[in-house]
Amino acid sequence: MAVSEALAHELAEESPGARAWRRLVKRKGAVVGLIIIAAFLAMAVLAPVLAPYDPIQQSWSTIRKPPSQLHWFGTDESGRDLLSRVIFGARASLLAGVVSISIALGLGVPVGLLAGYGGAWIDALISRITDAMLACPFLILAIALAAFLGPSLQNAMIAIGVTATPIFVRLTRGQVLAVKVEDYVEAARAVGNPPVRIALKHILPNILPALIVQATISVATAIIAEASLSFLGLGQQPPAPSWGSMLNTAQRFLTNAPWMAIWPGLAIFLIVLSFNMVGDGLRDALDPKER
Amino acid sequence: MLLFLGKRLLQLLPTLFFVSLIIFSLQQLLPGDPALAMAGEERDPAVLEQIRRQYRLDQPLPVQYVYWVGGVLSGNLGESMRLKEPVLTLIAQKFPVTLQLALMAILISLVIGVSAGVISAVKKNTPIDYAVNLVALWGISTPNFWLGIMLIFLFAVYLGWLPASGYVGPLEDFWLSLKTTILPAFVLGNSFAAVLMRHTRSAMLQAMSSDYVRTARAKGLAERKVVLKHAMRNALTPVVTLGALELGTLLSGAVLTEQVFSIPGFGKLIVDSVFNRDYAVVQGVTLVTATTYILLNLLADIAYVLINPRLRS
Repeated sequence: MAVSEALAHELAEESPGARAWRRLVKRKGAVVGLIIIAAFLAMAVLAPVLAPYDPIQQSWSTIRKPPSQLHWFGTDESGRDLLSRVIFGARASLLAGVVSISIALGLGVPVGLLAGYGGAWIDALISRITDAMLACPFLILAIALAAFLGPSLQNAMIAIGVTATPIFVRLTRGQVLAVKVEDYVEAARAVGNPPVRIALKHILPNILPALIVQATISVATAIIAEASLSFLGLGQQPPAPSWGSMLNTAQRFLTNAPWMAIWPGLAIFLIVLSFNMVGDGLRDALDPKER
Repeated sequence: MLLFLGKRLLQLLPTLFFVSLIIFSLQQLLPGDPALAMAGEERDPAVLEQIRRQYRLDQPLPVQYVYWVGGVLSGNLGESMRLKEPVLTLIAQKFPVTLQLALMAILISLVIGVSAGVISAVKKNTPIDYAVNLVALWGISTPNFWLGIMLIFLFAVYLGWLPASGYVGPLEDFWLSLKTTILPAFVLGNSFAAVLMRHTRSAMLQAMSSDYVRTARAKGLAERKVVLKHAMRNALTPVVTLGALELGTLLSGAVLTEQVFSIPGFGKLIVDSVFNRDYAVVQGVTLVTATTYILLNLLADIAYVLINPRLRS
């Protein structure tokens, strides 16, 4: 009895963040995903230290060499070391994933709050614009935006961020509609809190779990989108390394140098898989039904 | 039913209006003088003047929009600067190719996704279930252009069984058409198969624990009959509508698949247009894709109401 009381007391003392973390690390898939993401992050930050060669240094004596002790992943059509390019490529992919979803969150959450809390004609207007943006298939709208903005990593991130925004608008709006009828929101309104304070202090913290899950899964989508835009030539421009553009070049040398296509693709697959596994784990860890 | 249809059609109008507004606004993102950007390498003042007149760039924005929408509504999506052909004609030429690819992809993903989902649900919490879930996670996380490149290497370069690229229409030579499209269709349908598998699994799990399945089992029906006739029929209702919705997403995926396999479809048209600064084609393709997606949404809703007797009234 005393033990269960102590446990209940301890659980009551635990913050929601700590509780979610405790549940997340119980899931093997999510832990594996977190480890791989941490490894890629370290790789991106420490790229100049970890990479054995300069990723853009061309060498005419080492063109399209298969994997060897000198070049673990082999070399590309300009004699550049593929391992170094894959390591530096992590920077573009992770940056694109995080920056574009930050743009989507920065635009989508306030607009969603406004739609959900403002109601009436503001909600109707925002919802119709959101529907219209969601009607344009994700990659086609991103390609069209990147095409009109001009090809560069920065513009690709903006294009992906803007294209992902309606997902967050819709999610935030839906969550707000569910939360705003709760007693604690009514109570906050009854004591005279202004709408902005209610939205930021009382509603936003309660819709955060859903936003965190969606943001994690969206980072995976954004990384694939950046790789896709770079593959098409609309993202990171050569000679700067990017996994997508490396795959574009690799396709031309598939007969003579198939190793060029393996590593960048495997890197995209691993990082996307990790974000998906963490997203799935977070969804379970933050699900109120699991409590 | 008619009332529902009328309501849904009315809801479409504002969405279509905003879609047109978004796609028209893309032109405003062009840096500097839009006429100069649209002309590409061309610097002849007469050509620039003609572009300004054609797209009414010298008029205020609302006027430009009204003329553009007026053109769209009468079937005029502008003219390709590169190919000197109406955008609508180009789209009409390429659309059947992408449609064939998308339909094949849906067929492949339905066969793989639904059967894997049903097996996974029936064998819940067994090694088979875990394996199917892992394959689904792999399917969702694999970029389809990488999968395409790897399959080209395996089946075209290494084994030599299938062509690496190109396209032959089914009316020209059916078998050759199948050989040129089977790999791209598989690549396109891969992630959709994974999504379908997850949906089918959860719908099946729900159906398997329902009262009517328990009754069917209590009557002494064979498990096979219970799964296929009672549980699966009910579980597949939402899956059918998901299939219609995903056709739009597949159009998006087709951009990369067609690029990898050099298939002259809708996706390749938009990419080629992007690099040739053929902005009217980019706008036209985006508009047609979005409209197709909206109409598929409507069809999915109608199908859902027709399939589900409880919603018919």
